[in-house]
This record gives sequence, C-alpha cells and structure tokens, in this order.
Amino acid sequence: MAKAGGVANGRLRLAGIRSLLKIYFGSFRDLVPIVAVIAFFQIVVLQEPFPNLERILIGMVFVVVGLSLFVQGLEIGLFPLGESMAQAFARKGNLAALLGFAFCLGFGTTVAEPALIAVSAKAAEIAGTAGAIADDPETHGTYALQLRLTVALAVGGALVLGVFRILKGWPIHYLIIGGYVLVVILTFFAPAEIVGIAYDSGGVTTSTMTVPLVTALGIGLAGAIRGRSPLLDGFGLIAFASLTPIIFVLVFGMVV
Amino acid sequence: MELLANLAWAALGTLRDIAPIAVILLGFQILVLRRRPDRLLRLCGGFAYVLVGLTLFLVGLEEALFPIGETMALQLTSSLVIGESTGAPDWRDYGWVYAFAAAIGFATTVAEPALIAVSLKAEEISGGSLSAFGLRIAVAVGVSVGVALGTFRIVTGTPLPYYIIAGYIVVIFQTARTVKSIVPLAYDSGGVTTSTVTVPVVTALGLGLASTIPGRSPLIDGFGLIAFASLFPIMSVMGYAMLNDRLKSGKQ
Repeated sequence: MAKAGGVANGRLRLAGIRSLLKIYFGSFRDLVPIVAVIAFFQIVVLQEPFPNLERILIGMVFVVVGLSLFVQGLEIGLFPLGESMAQAFARKGNLAALLGFAFCLGFGTTVAEPALIAVSAKAAEIAGTAGAIADDPETHGTYALQLRLTVALAVGGALVLGVFRILKGWPIHYLIIGGYVLVVILTFFAPAEIVGIAYDSGGVTTSTMTVPLVTALGIGLAGAIRGRSPLLDGFGLIAFASLTPIIFVLVFGMVV
Repeated sequence: MELLANLAWAALGTLRDIAPIAVILLGFQILVLRRRPDRLLRLCGGFAYVLVGLTLFLVGLEEALFPIGETMALQLTSSLVIGESTGAPDWRDYGWVYAFAAAIGFATTVAEPALIAVSLKAEEISGGSLSAFGLRIAVAVGVSVGVALGTFRIVTGTPLPYYIIAGYIVVIFQTARTVKSIVPLAYDSGGVTTSTVTVPVVTALGLGLASTIPGRSPLIDGFGLIAFASLFPIMSVMGYAMLNDRLKSGKQ
C-alpha cells in the first residue's frame, strides 16, 4: 500500500514538475519578442552596443521567474477568490452589497493607480499652460486630485453598471455603442486640450492586479446566475471600466 | 546591493498597489459575506505568489529592458536617425519610427501579464475553442497597428478625434457582423492591453516624438497613443473571431 502510494505521489510530482516547466517555458517565449525588437533596433538601426550586458541578463531571469510566479498565483489565488466571492454574493442575494462591493473595488483600485497619478499631474500642467486654470502649483495639485477622483468614480460606476448588466443579462454592445456615441458628442463640446487625456485615461485605469480579479468576478457571477453564459455575460466589466473614464473626463474638462 | 534595494522598493510599491484591494476584499468578506472562503491558506499563498511574481517582473524590466527601450524611443525620434530636416516634417522620413512603434507595440503586448490572465480565462471558459495564445497574438497585432498609426498621427499632426471616431464606426460595423460570443471579450481586450509593460514604453515614444518634431507640443500631442493601443485590439480580436469561424466552417 505504502509503496503504491509512493509511486502515485511520484507520478503526481512528475506531472507537477512538467506543468511548472511548461509555465516557465511559456514565460520565456512571451519575452522573446521584446528582446528581439530591442536587440534589432539597438544593433542594426541605431548601431550602438548594449550597455551592461550582465545586468540585462540578470534582469531577464527576474522577468521570466516573476511572470511564471504571477501566472501560478493567478490560478491558485486571484481567480478562485474572485469567483468564490461572486458565488457567495449571488447566494446571499443582497443586491446592494454586491453593487457596493463592485463600486469599492473599482474606486479603490483606481484612485491610487500610479499610471493615473502620472497622467493627472501631466493634465494639470496642460490645463495650466492652456489657461484653463491658474498656473501655480497649488491649483495644479487640486486639479490633478479632482481629475483622479473623477476617473476613480468613473471606474467605480462602470463596475456597478457592468455587474448590473450581468444580473439583467443585457447584451453588452448596446451599452458600449451608446457610450461611444456619447463620447463622440462630448468631444465636440469639450476643450481641445482635454480630449487626448480623456481618450488615454480609459486605457491606463485597469492595472495588472485589478484585471484578473474583476474578470473572475464577472465570470463567477455569470456562472452563479441561472440562464447566464460566462462567455457572453461574464466578460465585459473591463470594457465598461475603460469607457466611462473617457466620458467622465470629457465632462470634467467642460465643467472645470 | 543596488539590485536588492531596487527589489525592496518594488516590493513596497506592489504591496501599496495590493493594499487597497486586500482591504476591500477582506472588509466585504468579514463584514458582509461573513464566511471564511474555502482553502484560505492556499488563497493567501496565491496572493504571495502574485506579489513576489509582479515584484520580480517589474524589477527585471526596470533592470533590463525599460532603460534601453525608453532611450531607444527617444533616440529614434531624434534628428540623428531622421536626418537634419528643416521646416515642416515630412511623414515619409519617419519609417523607422513607425516600424519601431509597430514592433514594440506587438512585443510588449505579448508579455503583458493582465492579458495573459484574461486569455487563460477565455480559453478555459470557451472549452478550448478559443486558444489563449491565438487571442494574445490577435490583441498584439491590434496594438501594433494602433501604436504605429498613432505615431503617424503625431508626425502629421492630424486631430486625434478623427481617428478615434473612425475607429468606433469600424467597431460598430464589426459588432453587427462578428460571432456574438466574442463581442464582450473583444471589448474587454482594449482595456486589458495597456498595463505594466506597454504603457511606459509607449508613453516614452509619444513624448519623444512630440518633443522632437517641429511644431508639436509634448503636452498636447504626446497624448493619444494609449487610446490607439486600446481601440485597435477590439477590431483585431473581432477580426480574429470572424477568421477563426470561417476556417472552422470551411473544415466541416
């Protein structure tokens, strides 16, 4: 008995090692294009040597190991947690709590997002030089903070709307296309300096940590509600989170 | 030593990113759901993996690729490569810039962790009819075309809204014609692509271009590349689904 158990264990371990190797190989493969592009442009186009090759190689090992750990962490941590929370909310049947959770998740993960902080500081600078606001550091700071809060509100609102859509089973394209139409109309009325920032703000809000969690939440909800398909209804939360910031920032530019 | 310090800093930064998420998850778990999730220890282990993994990933990128990538974006846009041109910029002089934009857009997207996450989930849910790798390549092609077109826009100085509005119209047409089940995923892929790896390099490219081309202001023309990078994958993913569908029905 003990021996058979040992053999099975050994087999299990072997399968584990094989899947681990597969993950590491995948991470390595994902990195090949970046290395190839940078090497080609550095050597062939710019005709310059690589500074500090040793440091680059060490960095690459870090990237491969890091990416592999991240992928494993997704499967054992973020995905199961997002899905189990979605199921728990569905079982509880408390709509207000679920929508409150969606809002907090969107707002909380966005407001401190480094990419957003950088973009809103830049935006304040632009508004200052364009004469939309007073050109001093204090006004810039307030403007940047207001912009950040606007985007965070937009993402919170997006997740509330997106979760509500999953519950109701509305088809996503009417909402998204409606949003596009709104963006186009607002573009005509918003000040020209804000348009570029507004369009970009949709892309910068969804960070690497938020995306897997929000995706798992949507898919978990769609799976827990009878009559919803995970593929048709589960995806789409990120889409709302990248659309509403554009609308909110355009409006922000018109109001401030 | 310097490497260790960088590691510590990056770990702190990732912790700070995770902190609000952890507070919200814990808060709702304890106050609202009031139920311990199954296999709590394993979940915590997963979080630790993500934390350590992202930290190593970011430090590695900072060490190895970002410095070169960013200098490269600036160098390629400077007059060294383009040649001493005076007066109005001619868009034909910037061939290497478009090539670099397309190549780096593709390459950074393939390595984007958030996209890996979504495509893994999509493959699992579709029961394998959508391949994770195929989806990622489709998204990367979209970003590649988008960023290249975005640099062309900065060089020519044409208004950003024209491009974006035209893109929306194409998306609306494709939505009407493509396989229904791909639509939500395609819309998602726009937001997913622009994260940790793509944003810094693409931003450097936009700022570099806008500050070296005569008549462009980095503050105003430097923006907009991310918008291109999030719009075009929507089209390429829907296109990929249509192609996939046609190939499958052809085989039967």
